[in-house]
Amino acid sequence: MKIDIIESKTVVIPVENIDTDQIIPARYLKTTSMEGLGDGLFYDWRYNPDGSPKADFPLNQPAAKEAHILVVGDNFGCGSSREHAPWALTQFGIRAVISTSFADIFRGNSLKNGLLPVIVPADVHAELLKWPGIVLKIDLASQKVFLPGGRSVEFPIDAFSKNCLLNGVDELGYMLNQEAAIAAYEAKRQDSVNTLA
Amino acid sequence: MSGNAKARTIVDKIWDNHVVAQQAGAPALIFIDLHLCHEVTSPQAFSMLRERGLKVRRPDLTIATMDHSTPTTSRDLPIVDTIAAAQIAQMETNCKEFGLRLYNRMSDHQGIVHVIGPEQGLTQPGMTIVCGDSHTATHGAFGALAFGIGTSQVGHVLASQCLLQTPSQAYEIRVDGQLKPGVTAKDIILAVIAKIGIGGGTGCVFEYTGSAIRSLSMEERMTICNMSIEGGARAGLVAPDDTTYQYLAGREFAPKGKAWDDAVARWKQLPTDPGATYAKQLVLDANTLEPMVTFGTNPGMGMSISGSIPTPAATTDPIERSDLEKALKYMALEPGKPLAGHPIDVVFIGSCTNSRISDLLAAAAVMKGRKVNPKVRMLVVPGSQQVRKQAIAEGLDEIFRASGAEFREAGCSMCLAMNGDQLEPGQYSVSTSNRNFEGRQGKGGRTFLASPLTAAASAIAGAVADPRKLA
Ligand code: SF4
Repeated sequence: MKIDIIESKTVVIPVENIDTDQIIPARYLKTTSMEGLGDGLFYDWRYNPDGSPKADFPLNQPAAKEAHILVVGDNFGCGSSREHAPWALTQFGIRAVISTSFADIFRGNSLKNGLLPVIVPADVHAELLKWPGIVLKIDLASQKVFLPGGRSVEFPIDAFSKNCLLNGVDELGYMLNQEAAIAAYEAKRQDSVNTLA
Repeated sequence: MSGNAKARTIVDKIWDNHVVAQQAGAPALIFIDLHLCHEVTSPQAFSMLRERGLKVRRPDLTIATMDHSTPTTSRDLPIVDTIAAAQIAQMETNCKEFGLRLYNRMSDHQGIVHVIGPEQGLTQPGMTIVCGDSHTATHGAFGALAFGIGTSQVGHVLASQCLLQTPSQAYEIRVDGQLKPGVTAKDIILAVIAKIGIGGGTGCVFEYTGSAIRSLSMEERMTICNMSIEGGARAGLVAPDDTTYQYLAGREFAPKGKAWDDAVARWKQLPTDPGATYAKQLVLDANTLEPMVTFGTNPGMGMSISGSIPTPAATTDPIERSDLEKALKYMALEPGKPLAGHPIDVVFIGSCTNSRISDLLAAAAVMKGRKVNPKVRMLVVPGSQQVRKQAIAEGLDEIFRASGAEFREAGCSMCLAMNGDQLEPGQYSVSTSNRNFEGRQGKGGRTFLASPLTAAASAIAGAVADPRKLA
């Protein structure tokens, strides 16, 4: 799940504090695989009780089909730690989410699934919220979002996550390569770690 | 992080004790002392281990239970929901294949993962504890650094017993003074979240300090730490003290004999050094707190029970205003009106926030000799089989049943409505759980979060009720 450049129209859900229960309702969490979660994405916001799509919900507009960039309000992804949330977003086709802030666990989960959380300054964010459907280019290498008219803004990302996304580094592989350090630590802490044994 | 000469917070100390390696330009590799697993967020992690031919590195530091999709009906009945049944069966298979200790549906140690860890003495001061669940902060009540992780990280911990982490900022939440009668630990944490907002602690670990926190029991401290995530913090903790040691002594997995004495000596080094600094601070006076209740669709939308529902027109920020309008529309509530007296359909006493024996005792004391309003369905769901057993031994089940409430088997139940226990569209509940998000307790359901006392008083009144005014 490498990322370098993401270029697409935006789809905008101008709501703050969107929690992961809305992104993927708990009833979709009974699965033991990752399949089919895209269908449950924002289910209760996307569909009427009779199962028909709500025409005015942004993800139901025809343009949303080709959009890979989602723009949302502050503190996106708060609440439950369910990684099903980034799984559902990526299965729907979303590759970057733009906001002013993200909940910690959601941000971590996204980075592990090739979904780029992009934090932009409040003034730029306010503009993006107002213009759904504009085309943005996100360049991870330079950490820049290019807006129409040639403007660009930088966004923060830690060096390690950036490297993992750009080069497809396997995080667990990186961890397991430090086996010697883990074993040494275990030996040192033998007396103070309580085991269930 | 800080060197030895510098005054350190308890968070710094636990962090320093758990750094396995720190490579340049990368997060630290942190050792995990205890990993708790449940059926909903682990299956894909076990699949990953299988695909890569990996084992669980430390089965002796891993424990599993079933709680989220597990029915709270009689254990003699089969699981009706075939998808949930398959998930539960998969948990059995995974634990057997990877050699993990599992407290399954039939075990008398089964329960909500954050209730069973402490009650069995698995949760101990100074530990790093993780679980694929955002309410892992509950274990912070013991002075442990405990936080929720995603399923990829569940896989990382299973395979390596480590996590890649960057340190969080320490945020002191000091609560001084003394709670008034009818006001509980739940009201403290709801007041904190109402004050700082649900994103207020993002990037932080809360340390709860102050005389009001010190005088709380372990179960009350768990209620507070539990909802740290609702304030945006991944973890929240209380430094250990004699209350902590008294609770732990003699529990199944707590150290014994000389090992206990050594452990207590180590634990006594944990509290924050005088002079250590916090990145942020909030001070609250417990004397001024009233019972709290939420009115909206996130846990930060809370107010005193004697207050009125806020008016969107009074909010200046346009997005905040539209969010409040959206919340009140979903809740079908009128701005400016009191919430006390609003009719309700369901009362739920349970969840990892408030399902321990002291919570059931508090609710039972209210219900004793009184009746659940005939328009209300009241569910009492103990957090674990052990809590349930103790409640029965103390006759609480009889008190609840005599009042007209249901006394069910242990699990998460209506906290997240995955197991068949759920609200009908449009119904109102007063719940002791931790989240009032849209549809959290069932599609279209509307949740008022409150303490067990407020919930029980509301069950009797058939409406949101102030427990201090109980006739
Ligand atoms: S009781 Fe609720 S909040 Fe706690 S672990 Fe279960 S579902 Fe999560």
